[in-house]
Amino acid sequence: MKDRREGYRFLLPAAVVLLFVTVYPLFYVFWLSLHRRHLIFDISRFSGLENYAFLLQDERFLRALWNTVYFTVLSVGLELVLGMVVALSLQRAFSGRGIVRALVLLPWALPTVVSARMWEWMYNTDFGIINYLLGVDVNWLGSPFWALNAAVLMDVWKTTPFVALILMAGLQVIPRELYRSAMVDGAGSLYIFWRITLPLLKPVILVVLLFRTIDAFRVFDAIYVLTGGGPANTTETLSIYAYKVLFQTLQFGYGSTIAMVVFLCVGFISVFYVRLLSR
Amino acid sequence: MSRTLKKALNWLVLCVVVLWSVAPFVWQIITSFKPSAELATLPPLLPASPTLDNYISVFSDRPFGRIILNSLVVASLTTVLSILVGSLAAFGLAVLKPRGGYLFLGFVLTVSMFPPISTVSPLYIIIRELGLRDTVLALIITYTTFSLPLTIWILTNFFRSIPRELYLSARVDGCTSFQIFYRIFLPVAAPGLFATAILVFIFAWNEFLFALTFTSTVRARTVPVEIALFPGVHEMPWAEIAAASVIVTVPVVLLVFLFQRRIIEGLTAGAVKR
Repeated sequence: MKDRREGYRFLLPAAVVLLFVTVYPLFYVFWLSLHRRHLIFDISRFSGLENYAFLLQDERFLRALWNTVYFTVLSVGLELVLGMVVALSLQRAFSGRGIVRALVLLPWALPTVVSARMWEWMYNTDFGIINYLLGVDVNWLGSPFWALNAAVLMDVWKTTPFVALILMAGLQVIPRELYRSAMVDGAGSLYIFWRITLPLLKPVILVVLLFRTIDAFRVFDAIYVLTGGGPANTTETLSIYAYKVLFQTLQFGYGSTIAMVVFLCVGFISVFYVRLLSR
Repeated sequence: MSRTLKKALNWLVLCVVVLWSVAPFVWQIITSFKPSAELATLPPLLPASPTLDNYISVFSDRPFGRIILNSLVVASLTTVLSILVGSLAAFGLAVLKPRGGYLFLGFVLTVSMFPPISTVSPLYIIIRELGLRDTVLALIITYTTFSLPLTIWILTNFFRSIPRELYLSARVDGCTSFQIFYRIFLPVAAPGLFATAILVFIFAWNEFLFALTFTSTVRARTVPVEIALFPGVHEMPWAEIAAASVIVTVPVVLLVFLFQRRIIEGLTAGAVKR
């Protein structure tokens, strides 16, 4: 009993820090979102849900929401499929495994800003290596069609290894006997994949999807560096839009409203996956 | 499919994956050794007259040394603090098992999903009021907090795997719970602490949004912000950017190559139940 009470003392520092730096700001951001607040002119006026109502008429917001969903679905989808292919082909032990793992981890461990700069240079219209190798002359980051897809490709490059590594760890936990007995029964490899690997891997897949979806939905660094939201806001995601409203036009009320929307969406995504997981 | 064909196919996938992961980085290294005049010509792919000028000018024309120092200070202090606060909480949760511990763990996991953009505006106001704008302290406090969920989660799992007899027998010998924590559990959990520390360090080294908003000058600016805002007089200084990228990637590459096994252990600790 004494242990339990002592336990609280060990939790105290973490609890205080978390309350002050994450929970309190969250209430604060909600409070801000109910205001018209301009940081330079020192204007602050309670406006109730006006900001939220304005969201629906704000075409730029709706565009940003669509861009975010597009980016999230496409990049996470590709990462899962490619990650699965990689994990399945690398699951057996081979020599040099450690080095390969380290090389594959590299894109994931780099600062996103650095990898975005690397890709920006490769995407360069005039001197970029991608145009050179493909023998084309595409303005990847300047064209409304390509720009968002170019950002997706960078994200796929950066995070597929992470997805693959976690899936590999999940694959290693599946008992070998299951495969062996299925093989004895004459099952084909596709059948084994659908009936044994996939169902047993489901919890790991869901966890990966949860992490990746949340991460992709709040994408900021990559797009900020690659395109800054351009051309003509065609790559602007919710985080980028919120950041611009907050720190470039200094509208702390409306900016916080958009930030709240990101929070609510991420909350919704988490609840969705957690419910799937606990089923 | 025959055995050899399957094996060949595996090797092919392996080569493609490695090439795909490494190629952009190799290109960045090549670019960093090119004199500016050569950037505008392709081919040749390799620099005709390789030079170290870009590396030199990053340090001599720009305050890059100071910025790397800022980043090192922020990332290492964040790591120490996060491990300190996080391991205390994890020990409490895993060993002392207070009532409502699961609730606390659930709360911690929820916090880990908070999008940074959702808290950046109030945090900016708070930091301004406290007079902490453009200080490394503002970043250290924020990073420590946002890395705590990861630290607590991994270490709680780690402490749980340590046999409880260790705790009980030390208790019988009259140790206080704090003594048990730092004399017995911390040393035993050293590998776990280490794995967590690497992940926290990488997170703090790479973080961008908070660093971009909370800092404004060289005094506290960190590496990602400097690289994102790299100013050019007339056009983008691509070769210098490449050199700077290579420099700041070195610590990360070293960590990854030396500790890839630990990193993967840490990453998969939460995702895969064994």
